Amino acid sequence: MRAMDYRGPYRVRITEKPMPRIEHPRDAIVRVTRSCICGSDLHLYHGMVPDTRVGTTFGHEFCGVVEELGEEVSNLEVGDHVLVPFNIACGQCHFCQQGLFGNCHESNPQATAVGGIFGYSHTAGGYDGGQAEYVRVPYADVGPVVMPDWMDPDDAVLLTDVVPTGYQAAEMAGIQRGDTVLIFGAGPIGIMAARCAWLFGAGRVIVIDHLEYRLEFARSYGPAEVYSFKELNDVVTFMKKTTDGLGADVAIDAVGGDAKGNMLQTLFGTKLKLEAGNAIPLHWAINSVKKGGIVSVVGVYGPTGNIVPIGNVVNKGLTIRANQASVKRLLPRLIEHVRSGHIEPRKLITHRVALDDVADAYHLFAAKLDGCIKPVLVPSQA
Amino acid sequence: MRSDIVTPSNERIDPSSVPGWGIDADPQNDPTYPYRIRDTDPGSRADWERPPLQSEGPEILQSIEHIRRPAVFGTANPPRGLSGMLRRAAFRWSESNWLHWLLLMGADRLNVVEGIAEDIGRGIVPNLPAEMGVRAEWRHNKKGFAIKAATAFAVAGGLVLLLRRKGSDTAARRGRGL
Repeated sequence: MRAMDYRGPYRVRITEKPMPRIEHPRDAIVRVTRSCICGSDLHLYHGMVPDTRVGTTFGHEFCGVVEELGEEVSNLEVGDHVLVPFNIACGQCHFCQQGLFGNCHESNPQATAVGGIFGYSHTAGGYDGGQAEYVRVPYADVGPVVMPDWMDPDDAVLLTDVVPTGYQAAEMAGIQRGDTVLIFGAGPIGIMAARCAWLFGAGRVIVIDHLEYRLEFARSYGPAEVYSFKELNDVVTFMKKTTDGLGADVAIDAVGGDAKGNMLQTLFGTKLKLEAGNAIPLHWAINSVKKGGIVSVVGVYGPTGNIVPIGNVVNKGLTIRANQASVKRLLPRLIEHVRSGHIEPRKLITHRVALDDVADAYHLFAAKLDGCIKPVLVPSQA
Repeated sequence: MRSDIVTPSNERIDPSSVPGWGIDADPQNDPTYPYRIRDTDPGSRADWERPPLQSEGPEILQSIEHIRRPAVFGTANPPRGLSGMLRRAAFRWSESNWLHWLLLMGADRLNVVEGIAEDIGRGIVPNLPAEMGVRAEWRHNKKGFAIKAATAFAVAGGLVLLLRRKGSDTAARRGRGL
């Protein structure tokens, strides 16, 4: 089969790989019909995630048709068109029992801090991902959800990560009616978090980024007030001024380690990799939120450490809430939001690229060319 | 210090023996709501009914923080070569130790060189521009493409000149019997 093949930082190609096979009685083999490139794939692409081995196939946002089932999977049938959450979750362990499907303890030998994730390095379990024609889906009786007849596959593929992560970012922010919500990052997750903040009753939604075309997208899709940090003398001072000197009620980091906006953080975090990425969004979030406020983190950072003003967290009495989205938990609610039109995921897709052109798609997305918000890869047999 | 709650060793303390235990407990004080269902928290026990265990296959490296192999794991790209040796060494340390991650990052870089060598060994010259998405750069950022192409030519030209100069110096020295 044809599959994306990581060759090193900034280098990927399409290659022929052996077909995946059932390795566990609760596995399924899925023929991929859509697979997105996620902003967090760019952390892998840029060589920022430890134990990203040459030859790995990325891709944790995909949907497809069930081709083969392990003997213990009874809730799916061959031919079902399923959307597959990015978390690999057993449904039985200490954490899955508590609804923490993003923190499964039975899916990742290489690390305890993170559960298994499709195509996200060996630090996340060593699974090949969905940027391929076929993919092995472990615990297929827990994660995959059969797409309703009315659902567009372009909506479905965004329900595997983007929508739940944006939604959970807003949910963890504990937004109360009338709250001012400050979101760092106008990528797909930040844009979705802006949309979802209104569903929780936000009174004001502000998005900060530096890419004008993305800010314009967030302005209309959110909708949201948008500002470029390049045009603000000081992000934190600006936020204080626009909130009567108090700061936002909640702040959301929807960027993670590939951030821009601070020379030293870029040098230490992005270039020298002495930090687990550039943590300037966290820095700004902590300093822009008001005393007693909440910082919600869904931006992805590496496993080592970052320079953040933890003293200010203490002195301001902040609550920090963070997690990988628990996709399975959120899907029933989010499918209903898509059905009712409160969330329109597929509007985020700006580029449809053949799987064979995966290298161009990665560069397009990473370099923010041609107004790219979200690229989706389509295998030729989809 | 109250002597009646001090234990002589590190034996587990029976909470009900602690005066005032639980009198200020407040179920509403739950910053993990709603993404963690505390009602189903069985306590710190690892005795849940486990999924069937995946059969052993290729070499899997395991965090020393795990008390047992998780039931399911990925089998892509087992550790190999020098980078594999580094990766194995990294797993002597826990996830909380920087050395663990630094060794893995070092192995990743070494693995890139191994990947190129492997390609060449199979008679494949990696098409670096294509792998780096040069077509997208050409289509959507011609100015950037031109700058990168000019830089690449300049660096390549410089290297060629340097090698030629070294070659002619060596030939001259040989000619002079040096």
